[in-house]
Amino acid sequence: MKKKKKLTINREWCKGCGICVAFCPKGVLVLDKEGKACWAHPEKCKNCGLCELRCPDIAMELV
Amino acid sequence: MRGNVRFMQGNEAIVEGALYAGLHFYAGYPITPSTEIAEILSERLPMIGGKFVQMEDEIASMCAIIGASLTGFKVMTATSGPGFSLMQEAIGYAIMTEVPSVVVNVQRGGPGTGLPTSVAQGDVMQARWGTHGDHSIIALTASNLQDAFYVTVDAFNLAETFRTPVILLFDEVVAHMREKVVIPQPGDIEVVERLRTSVPEGTNYHPYLMREDGRLPMSDFGGKHRYNVTGLVHDMWGFPSSDPKVAYDLIHHLVDKLEHRADFIARYKEHYTEDAEVLLISYGSSARSALQMVEDRRKRGVKVGLLELQSLWPFPGKTVRKKCVGRSHVLVVEMNMGQICQEVKKVVSEPEQVFLANRFDGVLISPTEILQQLNMIQGKGV
Amino acid sequence: MAVKDYLRERFFPQIWCPGCGHGIVMANMIRAIELNALKKDEVVVVSGIGCSSRMPGYLDFHTLHTLHGRALAFATGVKMSRPELTVIVPMGDGDALAIGGNHLIHAARRNLDLTAIIMNNSIYGMTGGQYSPMTPFAKKATTAPFGTIEHAPDLMELVRGAGATFAARTTTYHAKEMIKIISKAIKHKGFAIVEVMSQCPTYYGRKNKLGNAVDMMKGFKEGTVPIGSKKKANNPDLIERGIFVEEKRPEYSMSYLELIEKYRVETGKVVRR
Repeated sequence: MKKKKKLTINREWCKGCGICVAFCPKGVLVLDKEGKACWAHPEKCKNCGLCELRCPDIAMELV
Repeated sequence: MRGNVRFMQGNEAIVEGALYAGLHFYAGYPITPSTEIAEILSERLPMIGGKFVQMEDEIASMCAIIGASLTGFKVMTATSGPGFSLMQEAIGYAIMTEVPSVVVNVQRGGPGTGLPTSVAQGDVMQARWGTHGDHSIIALTASNLQDAFYVTVDAFNLAETFRTPVILLFDEVVAHMREKVVIPQPGDIEVVERLRTSVPEGTNYHPYLMREDGRLPMSDFGGKHRYNVTGLVHDMWGFPSSDPKVAYDLIHHLVDKLEHRADFIARYKEHYTEDAEVLLISYGSSARSALQMVEDRRKRGVKVGLLELQSLWPFPGKTVRKKCVGRSHVLVVEMNMGQICQEVKKVVSEPEQVFLANRFDGVLISPTEILQQLNMIQGKGV
Repeated sequence: MAVKDYLRERFFPQIWCPGCGHGIVMANMIRAIELNALKKDEVVVVSGIGCSSRMPGYLDFHTLHTLHGRALAFATGVKMSRPELTVIVPMGDGDALAIGGNHLIHAARRNLDLTAIIMNNSIYGMTGGQYSPMTPFAKKATTAPFGTIEHAPDLMELVRGAGATFAARTTTYHAKEMIKIISKAIKHKGFAIVEVMSQCPTYYGRKNKLGNAVDMMKGFKEGTVPIGSKKKANNPDLIERGIFVEEKRPEYSMSYLELIEKYRVETGKVVRR
């Protein structure tokens, strides 16, 4: 089985546009109280990487 | 002087000077009376492995040569009045980014489309102030083809020395007439090569960090150092900055690097000036008529001399001031409504003794017309 | 390498508004460069002026930020002098099609090996939301308060006519497709143009009540179809995505080198440099 990757979010760079949240197929991401993207439900994440590919701020990295 | 003696057209002499100086990349757009420069280079440059591109307009031509110069080559474009107007924004970009480049403007009558095939010298002020913002510029000119060859080599040398665009302000008469030109052997006259950085690969290179001698070594763009170039106010790394201190220092540097070296840049010739009571000041094709008039008068024992300017910008004010001392009259001979005459008046101690002999109707001023003007200001009638 | 390894990180976060599509294009352009296995030293990025043109400053390549509309002219000088370099030209729609329209046509006509990426957000963003040549008919802008009465061209048809040998369209929503297309455009030997429909939620979105960045990207999802889709027949308003032109024609800088070589062979003369 493929090893599951971890999503790191650079809060300094994230401007909270919500693109990653809206288009995540599994509803893994939310915007937190400060309006920054947050990997709220890692257990549901399928590592598709769409959040990273659509992040305008280059704030997301699946490692 | 040893060399290859040839009979050629002015635009050809400019090409020979450029090739002697190491021209490798030319971009241009056809316009009378400069077109022969492009025609000749389209044949000559491929022969030496250089590049010629006919661009879609003069704006693109100026931009293309800046791009090519950054990669480490000597570059030139040539145009005339209307095309020179189109190039102005990019000339400012070359000033701001400090990219060596040579721009030939074979002047014709203006404004607008003006007199495309007739002579004029109306772009003197445009060469100085055509682009927006505070800046300085070098502009050279010549009255005969041998000198056109020399100042063209000089233009490339100054462009490399000061990392700046240099304007070659010729006129239709000089560009289209034919004369003997001696092309020196390689090595006979100085050619300044690009000053490249000694900073090794993998070490930080600052494209806008001055050496102690005031020069800024370059690194071929696309080569071993990755850096940024922008027309915005920038720091020594080449990155945009809105810091007032950075802006102040940069603008000062762009102006001072030329204005403080005005004496070094000043180029002029003197004809019979030593004992002259009347001094003519002229440049370009009108200096040919002025010299003829001086030589005619000298035969009759009249003490008249000519100061021929070969650098117009930075204006060689110190030289002009010194050379005007003790003359009864100073007569500026030019093919416009007094663009250099005003500069002369600014620098001399007795501006009321400075007069203008000019034409701006597309016809070369004649020695007789200059004499008539002199007689008039001397109260001798026409 | 990660996308971050191609950035000048000290300038981040970048200046673009929250949700602006240009950041998506920048990241996926980097991914496309990586797919082509290009070293940082082999890549030159040349831009003009505008929101999208601020991109080169963030990138750890050889970067040239030039004049409004003139990026392709500068890039022509760079590529002709150093044909071995990969030259990428990110532009905005106003930059590329209004003030730079002539250069676009002639770069395409020459077929010089440049990759032009036009981030089409249908507006002038940097100056505050004026209508651009790509603003669709009747859409609003700060200089078209009643809706523009000008018509936007079909960029793909325009550059096809001008002679581009590669022309493709994608959107910021279709990120994977964007990487594939930009990667192909870079690989293409000749003038390649990629139109990326990008969102400007700050001006174009707000002026035209299109919602936020997410809504605008949903618009790209629903408003576009792959080339040849049957849906287009039923709904002509749909915009096609994909590769419109992919042809082989002699490339300009190579044709020039051949010209030099031909002279050398014919005359037997040594060509220096």
